[in-house]
Amino acid sequence: MHKLIPNLSKNFGIAGSLIITGSIAFWLFGMIILPQLIMIDFSFRPFLPLNKIGGPDDIYTLKNYIVLFTNEFHRAIFIKTIWSSVLVTITALIVCYPIAFYLAKVARGTRFSLILIGLVIPYWINELLRIFAWQLILADTGVLNQLLLAMNVASDPINFRAGNGAVLLGMVYAYILFMVFPLYNAMESLDRNQIDAAHDLGASRFQIHKRIVIPHCKPGIAVGCIMTFMLAAGSIAAPQLLGSPSSFWFSQIIYTNFECANWNQGAAYAMVLTVLCLAFIFAMLKIFKVNLKEIAK
Amino acid sequence: MNQYPGQDIEIIDVGMMYEGSAKPAIKGINVHIKAGEFFSFLGPSGCGKTTILRLVSGFLDPTDGKILIGGKDMRGIGPNKRPTAMIFQNLALFPLMTVAENIGFGLEMRGASLAERRKKAGELLELVDLPGVENKKVNDLSGGQRQRVAIARGLAVEPSVLLLDEPLSALDLKLRQHMRTELRQINKRTGVTFIYITHDQGEALTMSDRIGVMASDGTIEQIATADHLYNNPRTAFVADFVGKNNKIKATVKTIKNGHAVVETSFGLIKGLNPQQLSSGQQAFAFVRPEVISVAGSSENSKNIITCRVKNISFEGAFVTITLDAGGEDTLFMRTHNDGSALFPAIDSEIDVSFGQHNTRLLAGRGYGHA
Ligand SMILES: Nc1ncnc2c1ncn2[C@@H]1O[C@H](COP(=O)(O)OP(=O)(O)O)[C@@H](O)[C@H]1O
Ligand SMILES: [Mg+2]
Repeated sequence: MHKLIPNLSKNFGIAGSLIITGSIAFWLFGMIILPQLIMIDFSFRPFLPLNKIGGPDDIYTLKNYIVLFTNEFHRAIFIKTIWSSVLVTITALIVCYPIAFYLAKVARGTRFSLILIGLVIPYWINELLRIFAWQLILADTGVLNQLLLAMNVASDPINFRAGNGAVLLGMVYAYILFMVFPLYNAMESLDRNQIDAAHDLGASRFQIHKRIVIPHCKPGIAVGCIMTFMLAAGSIAAPQLLGSPSSFWFSQIIYTNFECANWNQGAAYAMVLTVLCLAFIFAMLKIFKVNLKEIAK
Repeated sequence: MNQYPGQDIEIIDVGMMYEGSAKPAIKGINVHIKAGEFFSFLGPSGCGKTTILRLVSGFLDPTDGKILIGGKDMRGIGPNKRPTAMIFQNLALFPLMTVAENIGFGLEMRGASLAERRKKAGELLELVDLPGVENKKVNDLSGGQRQRVAIARGLAVEPSVLLLDEPLSALDLKLRQHMRTELRQINKRTGVTFIYITHDQGEALTMSDRIGVMASDGTIEQIATADHLYNNPRTAFVADFVGKNNKIKATVKTIKNGHAVVETSFGLIKGLNPQQLSSGQQAFAFVRPEVISVAGSSENSKNIITCRVKNISFEGAFVTITLDAGGEDTLFMRTHNDGSALFPAIDSEIDVSFGQHNTRLLAGRGYGHA
């Protein structure tokens, strides 16, 4: 790091290197650190009418954070959001593990390309539209219900969107790639001979995964889980489009707060969500006994 | 101490055609490997050696023929259920486990207790001459040590057959020579059948009870002991591939009970005719460099050629002399250094001789006159 400026000035000259370091500093401070600081500042101030802002009542307080514990509705939603995001993460892991393994160690040639294309193409369209597609499938008059009715499996349309199910399904679908790729990356680097050697020494398929593949993939599993959890916990499109009033998501509360101009409350909840995600990251690192350096690989 | 008595392996008319490839990787392989034998497959890279090991270990099932281990047909039995253990070309040790965990892995899969596994690991490390490294990570070991751990890991499951895929190729020369003796000793000490594959003929010759020489087209050219292969090659390919040999283009002139006279660019040569070539056929005359010597008097029965000395290369115990006999082929002659330092001078003319019974006339696929 201490060699950065001399190295840069050798390649780009003094002016050039000042522009480069300057713009990096601006990006880091202006686009990342400053907004966060403003949010933190907001979150510790009370929600006041415009004319009172800057007045004697505008003092730092924990009030906005305490609401999370006193407001039963908010608390329930918060806990449900955590637990549902964990569920999304686990489901995505279970779904993506075999796909990643098949891609990394079994599939070859055209079959490999086809699966990869199948996984990537949906990501060419916007997340919002992808989730809309699920709405079309799961709606009362949607594709799935019409199919079930036509086959006489159901006599009345089923309300798939009543509980949390549709939201979770939409999220697992929306975030599959973020789980598949870290897993694939990790499995790709596993020497095929290690699998064969374990098999040759008497390991069953299950034992091979338990003792060889999964230990090797720990960093990949940790990264996939972290990404999926963070995306799920902060998701707004899926609960908005696929959810029902009973499947409210914590991000929707934050959104509503900002919408009602209570930025202070919204900022406090956003901070809580950020801290939650950080806690999740450290928990994953601890569980999988990996450090940040291994993950950066 | 016949801890794990080996078993016979019968490879019967085995051929293997990989999916999507136009010609078989190996074909018509027939070998009966005896219990406890050290058997090597020797052949150039790509001739199908690894394929044979993968067939015996159960990663592949042959598209033709069958493989019996201990008299039992192995078709459909997976690698985890066969009495074989494979030592992979890159060893494939498990880097996240300690040495003891690596060695104990096979037993762990069979449900052995930790104490049992540790005891076995200790014993086997003793056997491969590497005691006391149980708790090291495999990546902290040297190449030769890793080699020994891989062998111990294979032996831990008490296999009847140990399959070794060019396991010494990554080691340096000295270690390689040491490990040859070591492997041979482990084979004799344990009684386990060893199937060893290599493209290095020196390795195969020094270690094996018997050797199967394979040609590039995936067939076996000859199966014999090392000295038999060296002294009595059956085809031109074997004569050329095993050991150093002078290879002289020849056309058969006359034949007479087991011998033949051939025409070469050096003139007429007499030699053995083990393939019973008939007159007019094209072949090669093979003469080992060490059977050629400076001609003395009264050697009428030998082939005698007058040559010019082109080069002398001194190798300590031996001296290799390159000879120009006026024809299109160069002759190499290798003589023992008897300490007298009486070597012919470069560019001098000498007569060299070699016996008829040391000259073999051989033909074979891929050995036409170009
Ligand atoms: N999985 C495979 N699919 C198709 N062809 C293969 C496969 N494995 C090996 N081969 C081919 O079979 C032949 C023999 O290969 P191999 O047994 O690895 O030879 P060796 O070990 O003697 O170098 C080669 O021509 C190789 O390209
Ligand atoms: Mg090979």
